[in-house]
Amino acid sequence: MRFFYRPLFRLVPDDTRIKFMRGRFAGLMVSAVLSLASIGLFFYPGLRLGIDFKGGVVMEVRTAQPVSFPAVRAALAGHDLPDAGLQALGGKNEIMIRLESRANAQATDAAVARVHAALDQVSPGNQVLSTSAVGASVSSQLFRQGLMALGLSLLMILIYIWFRFEWQFAVGAVVTLLLDITKTIGFLVITRLQFDLVMVAAILTVLGYSTNDKVVVYDRMRENLRKYKSMPLRELIDMSINETLNRTLGTSMTVFLAALPLAIFGGSSIEDFAIVMLFGIVVGTSSSIFIAAPILLFLGEKRLRRDTRPAKSEDPKKVQARAR
Amino acid sequence: MLYFSRLKAAAVFGACLIGILLCLPNFWSAPKNGMPWPQIHLGLDLRGGSFLLMQVDMDAVAKEKLGSTVDEVRQDFRKSSIGYTRLAADVAANQVQIGLLDPTQRPAAIAALNDLLVPPNGPGSLADFNVSGEGTNLILTLSQPAMQARATAAVTQSIEIVRRRIDSTGIVDPQIAQQGDNRIMVQLPGITDPQHIKKLLGETAHMTFHLVDESANANGGGPAPIGDAFLPMQGDPNNKIAIQQAVMVDGADLTNAQAGQDPQTGGWVVNITFDSLGSRQFADVTSANVGHPFAIVLDNEVISAPVIREAITGGSAQISGSANAQAATDLALLLRAGALPAPLTVIEEQSVGPELGADSIRAGAISLIVGFLLVIFFMAGAYGLFGWFANISLVANLILMMGILSLIGATLTLPGMAGILLTLGMAVDANILINERVREEVKNGRSPLQALEAGYKRAYGTIIDSNVTALLAHVMLFIFGSGPVRGFAVTITVGIVTTLFTATVFARLLTSRWYIRRRPTALPV
Repeated sequence: MRFFYRPLFRLVPDDTRIKFMRGRFAGLMVSAVLSLASIGLFFYPGLRLGIDFKGGVVMEVRTAQPVSFPAVRAALAGHDLPDAGLQALGGKNEIMIRLESRANAQATDAAVARVHAALDQVSPGNQVLSTSAVGASVSSQLFRQGLMALGLSLLMILIYIWFRFEWQFAVGAVVTLLLDITKTIGFLVITRLQFDLVMVAAILTVLGYSTNDKVVVYDRMRENLRKYKSMPLRELIDMSINETLNRTLGTSMTVFLAALPLAIFGGSSIEDFAIVMLFGIVVGTSSSIFIAAPILLFLGEKRLRRDTRPAKSEDPKKVQARAR
Repeated sequence: MLYFSRLKAAAVFGACLIGILLCLPNFWSAPKNGMPWPQIHLGLDLRGGSFLLMQVDMDAVAKEKLGSTVDEVRQDFRKSSIGYTRLAADVAANQVQIGLLDPTQRPAAIAALNDLLVPPNGPGSLADFNVSGEGTNLILTLSQPAMQARATAAVTQSIEIVRRRIDSTGIVDPQIAQQGDNRIMVQLPGITDPQHIKKLLGETAHMTFHLVDESANANGGGPAPIGDAFLPMQGDPNNKIAIQQAVMVDGADLTNAQAGQDPQTGGWVVNITFDSLGSRQFADVTSANVGHPFAIVLDNEVISAPVIREAITGGSAQISGSANAQAATDLALLLRAGALPAPLTVIEEQSVGPELGADSIRAGAISLIVGFLLVIFFMAGAYGLFGWFANISLVANLILMMGILSLIGATLTLPGMAGILLTLGMAVDANILINERVREEVKNGRSPLQALEAGYKRAYGTIIDSNVTALLAHVMLFIFGSGPVRGFAVTITVGIVTTLFTATVFARLLTSRWYIRRRPTALPV
């Protein structure tokens, strides 16, 4: 019964008073270096674009008996498909074959037919699990639209936070989100996960989710800015982060727990999505603490105070009275 | 904040009841009598099937229009005896260029072309062409709005034809819809090898009947005489036949086409029946040209060119030349369904076998159950009784989400299942914010009632802020995404809306019921 009534644990003790702002330079530096490295990785070696964005053909095949990759490769080359890429899938005897984009639909059909022929030569009785073919015109459009979705989401989040908070908060949130996204892209490059529409969905989910985290911390700061008018901003930010630490970590934990089984049981297409989400959650949570808050500190105490105080020329007695 | 009138409480439970009712149809198959039976559809990635995205070739629409205009101009000028030196379509510029013999005939020429230049359906409608040029030079430019209207009509008509063709193959529950300006999306559940369908949809199937120009040598290598065209025989591209371009009978004037076997030769044929206009035209042509060959042309290939033995007045004819039963059946199907106004090209294709679909459903279901349990245990461990309230709300959330998704007939994809799970993970975030706030208020020395009131009231703004930003991102994803990813955006968007209800209203109602019954002196936080 106790289990049903009282909480069993707390993620962080209530009296936690970590001086996060002491590490603000270290935090920002680490984040900046990681993000810069990610941008470098983005240009070289670059993202591995998925079929949605690059065009081409992807086939998933379950072969009747185990096949050796060199044999399949040789057969494919023998059928005039030297560009075919091979990859093992999670399941038993499951392979994925990837072809570059062809000039037109007829050429694509012919290439797919040749893959069938090549596979039948290596091991007869195969089962094609799925085939996808995306033309170059569609893929470039999907890519454009994917980037558009990302860009517009960022813009709208900026505008929304700007409306609901002071502009410093909006800038702080969006800069942090940009740092998060660059790191996620770096992660995609390092892990060689494919960047496709599903990944855009993952990044957007993390984006929306990570904004939640920042809003929670910012909300508390705004509240504290009004409550403790004379406290130095640095202390105030530390206090706000500590007060909301259980929320920040708790909310991240639930989403992490929800995404975890997807990464383990989700199957080839969802696994990658979930892995990126897990990475994004960890990055987003730490950036709420170590990046979003220090940026506010740099954007200036005076300006934030001025925005929250009704008027400078106000009678000090009145202010005191209200504080009580 | 904790006070709920009876009516309000009843409304909240009522909403959940409606959610349960809306979920129910998913557990039975739809009744046959066409009653509305809102259900969540399984996406092709889960049930197996094929997805085709096809593009209507708009250039072909313009080219076709310009080509037919050249014919019309030629006929109009012949009727009005207007001389011209040059008459050609410039496809790149969307123009027909005419060189007149005599500049003084210009007004007469424009008058002769009246039917092209005046809006066909009165002043309100769009004229097809604008006229320009000077002296002997007469330029007809295809007007943009008219072209646009034609393109829209072409896509709408293509969808109709595609639907008829797919329906007559007997595929169950196909989905055909327009996507963007000039694309058609086709979903074929249960079809894992779409080659045959692609072949059927790849043909324009425009059939026309032409007289043959017996004086011209089509295989001599020279250019075709004016008014003629050299077209290849079907299946034999090197053997060309000189046909007269004027269309004697159009395949659009058919009422029926059936595959059959010729009782004499045993070869496969297609028996066609014309409507009254087609019958009359066919009778006229065949009676005037007995003893001459008559070419049947399909998509710029001559299917056959039999010699007319006698006048055919009954309105029915037989097309021979099909290689086998399948070819004859397909041709009959295409002729019945009608011709596409423009060629279609497949630009995206996906097919998923039923085994992979079943695997995906299993993977999604396992993830959902495990993820759900993890979240529930975390909430119970971290927040005790209030965590359980959040968990009960979570179940209500799941039910409401399923209910709404059924109501709008949403399509559940594998990313959509991931979306449901992530929504559940995010839904309890609102409860965490509330519980943390209540806890804080208790520590600040407030009474249980005050703490609860303050907790719900003050966490509310944060909850709205954080959910709106997530909502914005997913609406963008829905607008710009496509395929299964859209399913993800839909489930998350619906989930965010239901979360706002269950996490704040439903959980609050549970809390208030509990408080009123127990009147605790200390809260379990």
